[in-house]
Amino acid sequence: MRHRDFASFIFPSALAMLLFIALPIVSVAVQSLFVEHDQVLISVESCGPFGCQTETKVDPAATAALKTAQPLGKFNGLGTYLNRAHLAVSEIGEILSNNDGVADIVAQIYNLPFYKALSFTLVYTFLVTPLSMAVGFAVALGVNTIPRMFKGPVIFLSLLPYIVTPLLGSLILFWMINSDGVIGASLQWIFADPELSLKASPVLTWVTLIVYGTWHMTPFAFVVFYAGLQTLPKDTLESAMIDGANRWERIRYVVMPHLTPLATFVGLVLLMDNFRVFEPIIGFSAEANATSLSWSIYNDLNGQVDQLFGSAAATSILTMIGVIILLSPVLVRTWREFKRKAH
Amino acid sequence: MKFLTTSALALVLAAGMAHAGCGIEGGSVRILANDFDALGLVIDEAEGCAGDGVSVEANMTTEHKSLQVPALTVNPAQYTVAVVANNSIVPLLNKDLVRPLDDLVAKYGETLSPRQLIKVDGQTMAIAFLGNGQHLFMRGDILQQAGLEPPKTWEQVLAAAKVIREKGIMEYPLAASYQAGWYLAAEFVNMYLGMDGHFFEPGSAEPSISGEAGVRTLTMMKALTEYMEPEYMTFTADEMKAMYLAGDVAIMNQWGSMVNGHIDPEGPAPEIGEATILAPAPTVDGGTIPAAALWWDGFTIAKNISDEDAEASFIAMVHGIRPEVAQENPTAGTWLMKDFNAPDTAKGVLGNAAAGAKAYPMSPYMGLLHTALGAELTDFMQGSESAEQALADVEAAYRTAATEAGFLQ
Repeated sequence: MRHRDFASFIFPSALAMLLFIALPIVSVAVQSLFVEHDQVLISVESCGPFGCQTETKVDPAATAALKTAQPLGKFNGLGTYLNRAHLAVSEIGEILSNNDGVADIVAQIYNLPFYKALSFTLVYTFLVTPLSMAVGFAVALGVNTIPRMFKGPVIFLSLLPYIVTPLLGSLILFWMINSDGVIGASLQWIFADPELSLKASPVLTWVTLIVYGTWHMTPFAFVVFYAGLQTLPKDTLESAMIDGANRWERIRYVVMPHLTPLATFVGLVLLMDNFRVFEPIIGFSAEANATSLSWSIYNDLNGQVDQLFGSAAATSILTMIGVIILLSPVLVRTWREFKRKAH
Repeated sequence: MKFLTTSALALVLAAGMAHAGCGIEGGSVRILANDFDALGLVIDEAEGCAGDGVSVEANMTTEHKSLQVPALTVNPAQYTVAVVANNSIVPLLNKDLVRPLDDLVAKYGETLSPRQLIKVDGQTMAIAFLGNGQHLFMRGDILQQAGLEPPKTWEQVLAAAKVIREKGIMEYPLAASYQAGWYLAAEFVNMYLGMDGHFFEPGSAEPSISGEAGVRTLTMMKALTEYMEPEYMTFTADEMKAMYLAGDVAIMNQWGSMVNGHIDPEGPAPEIGEATILAPAPTVDGGTIPAAALWWDGFTIAKNISDEDAEASFIAMVHGIRPEVAQENPTAGTWLMKDFNAPDTAKGVLGNAAAGAKAYPMSPYMGLLHTALGAELTDFMQGSESAEQALADVEAAYRTAATEAGFLQ
């Protein structure tokens, strides 16, 4: 292809990527470096139906003048990234120099909002990704062996969890695991413990969210693996059978190597998807026990009346860095393979 | 044809009457409001002013708080009226997006009573029409069965819960809206106000909650959870209503605006409604004022609109909250209008006010403290942290946010 043809061919998508991906990221990055201007406060008397009180109030005229001079806000550099709501550098320094051993360090760091959110996000990502891949693979193998006439309905049913909107799915399950709900009541009966509640303890909340996440993401892995299974080389399988390989050996030595590239792809997508876990936390009202990075962004933007744009932007950038770190091993491997093949 | 003429005449007459009823000469009224029944009533009434060159539109949404600032910042503003409460008026005042109403009140406000005027620094910035707050909802039948008098303090509530449990009537007789986030923070604010606590150092944005009153507040909140279902950290006000109507709760501090849903004779549990005793919020720790914040709902008029639209909006809204609306719908809410003869359903909130309960603070940085409380108190409420540590965390989280918002340096 000539360079000019290539350029005109790629131009529309390059432009779209620039407008819809690159520019917003740059804007978020810039936003994260600024905080609001110092507000000029005045004390006034405010009265209402329930009497009068002296309250402080922002002096809008004085604050507006500051805003016109610097519309982006006050430059804060990396200050937002380093404050307590994010990397909490000075708090961690304090903890490291003043503590009662490793357990205390961990507990104190976990008490900081960013690290609390990061812990759950990482645990969720690293459990839900392999679990849903394993279950999805098993389901794909199962569906592949059932008679053709049942395949359509079974595939549809297996895809359902992925079709349900996460927020609705988690809300429905939230009601079902209520102690009056069908799952909650059954669990209490099975374990003969009327106090048992999946919503009450941090550990059980985490387990619930991870089980939910696996349930929700499995169909994605399933459908990709199932598609992969349709391209299995029949002759290799048959020769393996002639060689006396049993079902497990055929899966281990023929099917799995064949699906490895697909598994990399599924793994990548699931890692990215799970790292931004958010809806189940809202749906399960799990904020008390589990928060994620995406939830922190939501919390910053959804305060009672205020929105902390700088803080939300900083968490967004940190989330992006997290995704890049997570994906880098896979990306490096793919790049190496690409270079090897190119030679 | 004759029919057509008659209906056209009727339309003209109706428009003429609306014109006579509201007295608007022309303009556009665009209302942004929260979505609950009592507000719907007012807005329906205001919409009656439409016609004859006057248009009235309304957007009722629970997301009104995130819409109002951008919608009123543009010029001309997207809405001419923002219906607010004592917390949601703050960003409009901070950014100077609503206009003083004194001239309009003098000209068109003869049906308003002086206590409806929300004055900031001497200027009327909003007109309140509903009061709200949390107060006691109690099951009279259960108290009687346990041989108890209705409790008046939180300490008595604890004692009553103990008796109800020990007599085997209910294992978890109490409920509170302790869902992590906004609700949990609101409950802290209630109890802390009852302890006569102050949220900030006078005249500054420095937090002052980590003192002894804060610790006592948390201790009482935690003590109450002993008598609540183990999932108490997930309960919202709506969830409490469902539990109460299912007969699972004996005593709770619920929102006054939700009274109707609890005692509705047509509702799912008329016998529970029948047995319900409504009372002001309890006092706490020997204090004299009910441990519940008072709230009001009212309307503001946008700054970035024409004077004609502002006038039309004010007249339409005053029409919507004229005293007759309250008199015709007495149980719809705790109306603040003139000559409102409060029925028993409104006695909880009015009782709070009469006993000197404090209003939810209108400080510009209260929202940030509220968010910090909602996020940082959870560890203590679940027993994995001390009260002192929890309050220190709240202050630290608040300081971070307030610094970013420019309130603290």
